[in-house]
Amino acid sequence: MKLAGFLLLLAGWVIVLSSLALLHSAPAQTAFVLAGIAVELLGLALVVRAHLVLGEARE
Amino acid sequence: MTLPGFSQTSAAFCLLLIFLVPLASAGLALINTGLGRSRSAAHALLASLFVVAIAAIVHVMWGFSLEGFVGRPGHFLVAGGKTWNWVAKEPFFLRGVEFDGSPVSLSMLLQMFSVALAALIPLSAGADRWRLGASCVSTVLLAGIAYPLFAHWVWGGGWLAQLGVNYGLGRGFVDGGGASCIQVVGGLTALSIAWILGPRRGKYSHDGMPAAIPGHHAVFVLFGCLLAWVGWMGLNSAGAILFAGVEPARVVLVAINTTLSAGSAALVAAVITRRRFGRPDATLTANGWMAGLVASSASGAFVKPAAAILIAVIAAAVTLLAIEGFEFWLAVDDPGGAISVHAVSGIWGLVAVALFADVGNRGGKSGQWLAQLVGIASLLGFVLPLTYGLNWLLNRFYPQRVDLEGERQGMDLYELGAGAYPEFVVHSDEFIQR
Repeated sequence: MKLAGFLLLLAGWVIVLSSLALLHSAPAQTAFVLAGIAVELLGLALVVRAHLVLGEARE
Repeated sequence: MTLPGFSQTSAAFCLLLIFLVPLASAGLALINTGLGRSRSAAHALLASLFVVAIAAIVHVMWGFSLEGFVGRPGHFLVAGGKTWNWVAKEPFFLRGVEFDGSPVSLSMLLQMFSVALAALIPLSAGADRWRLGASCVSTVLLAGIAYPLFAHWVWGGGWLAQLGVNYGLGRGFVDGGGASCIQVVGGLTALSIAWILGPRRGKYSHDGMPAAIPGHHAVFVLFGCLLAWVGWMGLNSAGAILFAGVEPARVVLVAINTTLSAGSAALVAAVITRRRFGRPDATLTANGWMAGLVASSASGAFVKPAAAILIAVIAAAVTLLAIEGFEFWLAVDDPGGAISVHAVSGIWGLVAVALFADVGNRGGKSGQWLAQLVGIASLLGFVLPLTYGLNWLLNRFYPQRVDLEGERQGMDLYELGAGAYPEFVVHSDEFIQR
């Protein structure tokens, strides 16, 4: 779960970069940047969840 | 490389401002020490000294060669018909820098102090359980890889700074005082360290409820805040001149905004804690003060004083909420609140640039918004996985957490062989009412 979370963080960043490099209209760029950030937040949630589970296992 | 209107007088003035920056490091070191336990106090301050020393040496050896400065050689990638400046191409050991008071040499000096400040931030999250050797090696990774890369993107004429020129996104990613490359990079490294080390023994009960482990020296913490204030005025002002092209005369506004931010955030934190706990909490108020300073870093040179107060008020509220959230909901043991103060408040400061700052936008407000969002996305999507990955690898080969006996004895006795307060004995009868 942790690895998946970090991969999603990276994937979100790649979406953001790609939107700048490939898209030219401002609305499309904005939409894809926001989508990339949403993917990053999903990844962050997974990483947080993974560490909560790890903490419970330590107990 | 010369900045427009950058005279010898400006260079001397800038140098004076840069000399104030180590006070921010001194303040942060005192705060970190005061918020830890008394049995780890000498360890915390010694670790601060080592971290500053290592960060400075790494910066000189190869950090600045990755970081560079605007207009200096870099490695470029062409994508979508635009050049993306990824990393600088300077010789190692500062061999390409003339020490003549030029903006490049001043930038090199400021960044040496900045990387030291960034490297001190994770010490707070690892307090009472992070081995001295591991914190030193981790500093090499931060000062040698994560910090210089991101600092180049923002301050060294890298692709984030060029978003305005290349894609018409406002003025590009704006961060005059290092809210991103110092505070958020340091704060996200602190989060990685807190996750990798795990919480201190006894911090969480079996049902997951956190125990309060108060800091041992409120005077260190509060005096550290005052030192940090002076250091931050130098940092925000020198950064604005060197990296945001602000005229030296405008540092008056930077100093006013920095002071207003710290003060407003501290007052708000005091009011919030008084309402919640019946009395103002000294350490949370100190966290509020620091959150105000951090939030002022990105926008201090570009907002009016009223906006600076508003930014700080929100920073304090968000930071206090984040401190509670990390401790109660996310089970992240961060003794000094570094993640909330530096990462969360720093990100808010970067957003505030798009909301409140007048940076002379091309492409209007929406362009500046997008530039700031791209910068924040890079911090979360690149810096966090990078710092976590590097520290995770380090932990595989060199366990970063002290063993159980070390935590029981305290880091001072276990790693240094002597306590910070050898003659300090608490007598239980001192607490009996007479």
